[in-house]
Amino acid sequence: MPDVTLSVNGQDVTQQVEGRTLLVDMLRRGLGLTGTHVGCDTSQCGACMVLVDGAPVKACSILALEAEGTEVTTIEGIAAPDGTLSTVQQAFQDYHGLQCGFCTPGMVVSTTALLSENPKPSEAEIRHWLEGNFCRCTGYHNIVRAVQAASGQEPAGTKAVEAN
Amino acid sequence: MYDFELARPTTLAEALEMLAEEGSDPLSGGQTLIPSLRARLAMPERLVSLMHIDELKGIEQRGDALHVKGGTTHAQLVHGAYDIFPGLASLAGRIGDPAVRTRGTIGGSVANNDPAACYPAAALATGATIHTSQREVAADDFFLGLFETALEEGEIVTGVTFPIPQASAYEKFIQPASHFALAAVFVARFDTRVGVAVTGASEDGAFRWKEAEAALTEDFSVAALEGLSLPEQGLIADVHGGADYRARMAGVMLRRAVAALA
Repeated sequence: MPDVTLSVNGQDVTQQVEGRTLLVDMLRRGLGLTGTHVGCDTSQCGACMVLVDGAPVKACSILALEAEGTEVTTIEGIAAPDGTLSTVQQAFQDYHGLQCGFCTPGMVVSTTALLSENPKPSEAEIRHWLEGNFCRCTGYHNIVRAVQAASGQEPAGTKAVEAN
Repeated sequence: MYDFELARPTTLAEALEMLAEEGSDPLSGGQTLIPSLRARLAMPERLVSLMHIDELKGIEQRGDALHVKGGTTHAQLVHGAYDIFPGLASLAGRIGDPAVRTRGTIGGSVANNDPAACYPAAALATGATIHTSQREVAADDFFLGLFETALEEGEIVTGVTFPIPQASAYEKFIQPASHFALAAVFVARFDTRVGVAVTGASEDGAFRWKEAEAALTEDFSVAALEGLSLPEQGLIADVHGGADYRARMAGVMLRRAVAALA
């Protein structure tokens, strides 16, 4: 079997893979990075979103060998090494941008890519960008508010959940 | 997914040599092919990736036309065509979702000719030329029906040259679960002619709406489209909408595109 060498969350890794091995399977089974979720098996739901050289990619729609030499960031690489949540993660918590949490890694990764390209997206831009991330719980409103908050904008029609 | 070998050539010549061998299929961004493989709808012995070939990437202006090389991703086109051909950049920015645009390529989309793909509409409306590894084909002669093109075995799309219109607009009515067009219309306004093409609506894939072209070439206004409607014959009827609905939506998309440009 061929080897693939790439950087995952800043660490160089080499893995033996088959031609057909998907990046998501290499991440989950090969490296144990199970934060990248498999939601649909049809490359539609976006739960497996990762960054490849900074751009969003569904890890179930790219072969591991195609990621040779790239820098991959998974949800495990989003928070600071000491566990401090990123601005996006904190905003999802503060604005209740999740319910069951299954789609959340993909949502956070997609949002991270959005804000690096467009630091102050409008509500319409946020909704357009997140079209590739399906959530079956929230109805999206609190996710959009979380993204607005993460980008330093006033979230539409809500307040942060009060800590008590 | 059935097992296969993955080859990653770095030159076009090497890729074509591999594709000439039995059991080899090209793999571009994989946004259609990988899900198809996962559903076991294809069983290649070897996939030849076209994603590591520098000579297949890039966008350049050639006189009055924009040349987009086949391996250019939708996301690259959004940025690269923004100043030169904004209508095409806008179309590219609405294909699929951001992750699809990161990986998906124009060559892959054009070669696949999904009946609801976006690029064929722009290619037909502008009178584009499809460049393949063997020849140049006019868009009118390239798209031959449902997932059918003029491509022969082992032949790949190396680029598309779009004549740049004075102004253009793409109005897309999406099927929200797939983000593919339920009915979408590309209108390209040139000095002496107007091109109009519809995608998403027909069982035969994207097509030129010649009655709309004639009416708009004479008088570029929404009023000139009075009474014009798309015949329902040959339009897709499925769970997402009937043929009558698609005909109606194509008419609405056409008028919105013209209103945006008039």
